[in-house]
Amino acid sequence: MSYLEIARLEKSFGANRVVTDFNLGVEQGEFISLLGPSGCGKTTVLRMVAGFERPSSGAIRIAGEDVVGKRPNQRNIGMVFQAYALFPNLTVAENVGFGLKIKGARRNEITARVTEMLALIGLPDLGGRYPFQLSGGQQQRVALARALAPKPRVLLLDEPLSALDAKVRVSLRNEIRAIQRDLGITTIFVTHDQEEALSISDRIVVMNAGIADQVGTPFEIYNRPTTRFVANFVGQLNLFKADGTGRIGGVAVGQGDFAARPEAVHLGRAAEADIVLPATVEEVHFLGSVIRVTATAAGARIALDTFNRPDVPPPAVGSTVELSLSSRDLIPLK
Amino acid sequence: MSLYARLTGWIVLLFGLGYFIVPLVGLTEFSLKARRGVYSFDAYAKIIGDPEFQATFSYSVVMALVTIAMGVLIVVPTAFWVRLKMPWARPYVEFLTLLPLVIPAIVIVFGYIRLYNTSSFLPLTGTATGTNLLLAFGYTVLALPYMYRAIDTGLRTIDVATLTEAAQSLGAGWTTILTRVILPNVLPAVLSGAFLTFAIVIGEFTLAALLDRPAFGPYLQRIGANKPYEPFALSVIAFAITWACMGLIQLVTRFSKHTKAQP
Repeated sequence: MSYLEIARLEKSFGANRVVTDFNLGVEQGEFISLLGPSGCGKTTVLRMVAGFERPSSGAIRIAGEDVVGKRPNQRNIGMVFQAYALFPNLTVAENVGFGLKIKGARRNEITARVTEMLALIGLPDLGGRYPFQLSGGQQQRVALARALAPKPRVLLLDEPLSALDAKVRVSLRNEIRAIQRDLGITTIFVTHDQEEALSISDRIVVMNAGIADQVGTPFEIYNRPTTRFVANFVGQLNLFKADGTGRIGGVAVGQGDFAARPEAVHLGRAAEADIVLPATVEEVHFLGSVIRVTATAAGARIALDTFNRPDVPPPAVGSTVELSLSSRDLIPLK
Repeated sequence: MSLYARLTGWIVLLFGLGYFIVPLVGLTEFSLKARRGVYSFDAYAKIIGDPEFQATFSYSVVMALVTIAMGVLIVVPTAFWVRLKMPWARPYVEFLTLLPLVIPAIVIVFGYIRLYNTSSFLPLTGTATGTNLLLAFGYTVLALPYMYRAIDTGLRTIDVATLTEAAQSLGAGWTTILTRVILPNVLPAVLSGAFLTFAIVIGEFTLAALLDRPAFGPYLQRIGANKPYEPFALSVIAFAITWACMGLIQLVTRFSKHTKAQP
């Protein structure tokens, strides 16, 4: 049995059903991301685990104990919010120590834990500052320390990086992951950013319209998406339609629609490729180490990435080229 | 800015200042004239030395503090709950809190006397304590519009919902959330509501007179009707108190360091 178990979870606001038959088992110490577009129900699932929303039906168990009937302050769950939500009247140290103070911990115990937490987030000297004196990234780290200080059973992160600028976002997400690994704390991370989810999760739950479309490791989600939605939402995609006889470029692949990632399509004939398509180059974007080429083949726009090689100039716009790919790299779409 | 515009600005400013200051100067000047021929603080000394002044003033200060406490206890949780869980109820609550501005104090006090007289189901007017309590209730109602608006405005400057959830996830119950998270963060607002309440209660006449309580308002009226210089000295004192209250509001707002910047 998993450490955190969510079974047949449903939530409706009036006639509007936002979460449908959501099932998930999270192992102890695992880092799970709920990924999906806005309005897909991922935040609602998180808020039900935290206790801020009551499920219409279903069960949420932590270490075998059903917590659905419990109030949020009885669940011992740490939460980090998009808007930081630090208490503006308290210093950084008082913010971090808040949860322990509520629990009735002794003063020296609190001081020790706060010092430990501030060191963990790399802000050991800022304990006396007020939140408004910190940058966004620093505030969010303090919020993380505050959530972790009372040693919660589960850590919930509700789009914690969305309000930060791009550079801080990348460094902080790596830091969050490092701290999470260090402490071995079971974590659910909500995001709409696929790159974020792919880069730091043990497993990803891709959500669409209140349903968990696919649960899997980042590698599985990216390379073997099981639904059209997942294939489209995670990463970029080229769509291929098989002809009436179930062939693409003369190679039998079966009936239906297929997709291939940009890195699976090659410019020219690659050794392992069995499908070869004539194409016209539409756009060439030189991105440094990678060159992204957009071409049309059999009426469809196809994007592909090739590595830059100093001795091979990129193809000219308007030129006719051959694109090749292996039929094994085709992803059948349901 | 042209010379003309600058000049006009100054003239308007000076006129405005004169409009407020000249009567005050006249008032103060007259209050200092109790001794013939020279300026003196005789009228002030007489007032402050008057045991009735001391008694009524301290009575009203105590009533003001009780009223502030009741107001805070009623308004902070109400405004918090309306913001957090019942935003649809806000117009209704606002309407309710505005009623004391529409319904005169005299109507309220007659209502009280009819409802709580000695032959009623709850004879509050039968004892001094009961009547004091009734007066405090009345004051709380009169101060409601100011208290509610001040606190509601204070709540608007913080993210009530998220702060509440953050505190809940850290194990805090409702009482802790209200006393340790919400109240400290709206303290400047609560205090400005409190000072307004203080100013209202200190000068209030109708409720205190009709409930026959020894408050400062009726004393002011009695002195004004019977003495030559003392009422003016009292007016200056009353102004000083009000200004001190306003100064305190400013101080509180300036020295609450954590509210300087909001994300």
